[in-house]
Amino acid sequence: MSKLRIEGVGRDFPGVRGGAPTRALEPIDLAVADNDFITILGPSGCGKSTLLRIVAGLDAPSTGRVLLDGQPVAGPGPDRGMVFQSYTLFPWLTVERNIRFGLREKGVPEARQREIAASFIARVGLEGFENHFPKMLSGGMQQRTAIARALANDPKILLLDEPFGALDNQTRGLMQELLLGIWENDRKTVLFVTHDIEEAIFMASRVVVMSARPGRIKADVAIDLPHPRPYTLKTSPEFSAYKARLTEEIRSEVLKVR
Amino acid sequence: MRPLREISPSARWALGVAFFVVFFAAWEIYTRGGFVDRIFLADPLTMLREGWLLLVRHNFAYDIGMTIWRVLGGFFLAAAVAVPIGVMMGAYKPVEAFFEPFVSFARYLPASAFIPLLILWAGIGETQKLLVIFIGSVFQIILMVAVTVGSTRRDLVEAAYTLGAGDRGIIGRVLLPSSAPGIAEILRLVLGWAWTYVIVAELIGSSSGIGHMIVDSQALLNTGQIIFGIIVIGLIGLISDFLFKALNRRLFPWSLQ
Ligand SMILES: Nc1ncnc2c1ncn2[C@@H]1O[C@H](COP(=O)(O)OP(=O)(O)OP(=O)(O)O)[C@@H](O)[C@H]1O
Ligand SMILES: [Mg+2]
Repeated sequence: MSKLRIEGVGRDFPGVRGGAPTRALEPIDLAVADNDFITILGPSGCGKSTLLRIVAGLDAPSTGRVLLDGQPVAGPGPDRGMVFQSYTLFPWLTVERNIRFGLREKGVPEARQREIAASFIARVGLEGFENHFPKMLSGGMQQRTAIARALANDPKILLLDEPFGALDNQTRGLMQELLLGIWENDRKTVLFVTHDIEEAIFMASRVVVMSARPGRIKADVAIDLPHPRPYTLKTSPEFSAYKARLTEEIRSEVLKVR
Repeated sequence: MRPLREISPSARWALGVAFFVVFFAAWEIYTRGGFVDRIFLADPLTMLREGWLLLVRHNFAYDIGMTIWRVLGGFFLAAAVAVPIGVMMGAYKPVEAFFEPFVSFARYLPASAFIPLLILWAGIGETQKLLVIFIGSVFQIILMVAVTVGSTRRDLVEAAYTLGAGDRGIIGRVLLPSSAPGIAEILRLVLGWAWTYVIVAELIGSSSGIGHMIVDSQALLNTGQIIFGIIVIGLIGLISDFLFKALNRRLFPWSLQ
């Protein structure tokens, strides 16, 4: 049964100063099965963030609807955890309190909040930084905190919008392994947006390729690579085959935009 | 000296003190050297002697106390009214649309021009002094707080929504904490302006306070006392500013550079 259904979701942004409206998303259909890790791969500006924001309920679609467990989405809520492209930790809260934000909002007793926060701090490897403010953290640590903050809420689905986009290659690789490790553990349904082909293949059980603007689904590729996936997988022949195929798909799209 | 290069705290102190030394030396030379009639400008030592006499003979400490209480009273009243309105304006656009035109207009009404009217309405008692400061501060605080709250980072608000925050959570746990350092800074700024309003109010109609002392001294041609009064105002302003800054640093360590 599918956890998330995206039914004919399209988005037009009104024109600027009487100009023609921008069509960011062509009506899209997508079904996400429970426990799936889906990456959405597409060139810059193809509407990936727009689609994710609509699923999160932060933006309303011009056409179509989003169903989570059969229920239509009407606005943001704690059942859809989100990690943003930009750093969005609350600067006035420590790492630990950032992670507890949603739990406190839910009315979870304080002792339980601390327990949950501590367990997620351990899982993202931030022991010793509980009482640091975000400005004292590196970009990678901030995004790990953001992942922990979203997961601590125990959402039905985790939405990630290029969470590692601003990180250097080494850190990015480590973060991918960390996130994949967490997923292999609890098999939370994940929708992960990226423009990095390797990242898309390495993490996903399914890669959805989007076309250049207006965004459409151009290809839907199941990734049949075994779990757990060590980083050495990235140099295996199977991996390279997927990479060659997706590179070709994306390349034709990027060429179209230019 | 390089642009934006930091200097050591001791050098900062030394330079700050150096200005005062130069200032008083120039003043001393100007008055002692006979470049100006003593009647119009007392020299620094005379000024200090007159100040001492004010404190021990004329109970000037009472005047200082009265002025401080008026400023703080009017200022706290204004802040208590203005901060909640400003926050609501920043958070809710209809509230902003309702208040903004009037507040923007009222902001340009000079508080001192209200003094004659306020004397008619409230006499020359404490109510009138508090009202002058209140009118001078309240609209400024409302507008600046509204702007600060309204410019809260949208991505933080959205993050809070995806974590399950409702309207109350957004205001109480995102808008307020994120604006708090800005609001504290606004209050510090407006408190500085409140000092000028209170002195004007005391100059025009009052039987106590620093402004009242200054008017009395003018009648006696005692420039030493007048200058001492002005310096006391400056010192109190400096101290309150310092305390405010220290408090902000303690309360909002996360917002420092
Ligand atoms: N608020 C908005 N108003 C008008 N147009 C918008 C708005 N937000 C996005 N768009 C347009 O929609 C298109 C898709 O934007 P979106 O941010 O979803 O792209 P993206 O795939 O996430 O790109 P990137 O990889 O660079 O983040 C863009 O062409 C952009 O111009
Ligand atoms: Mg994007």
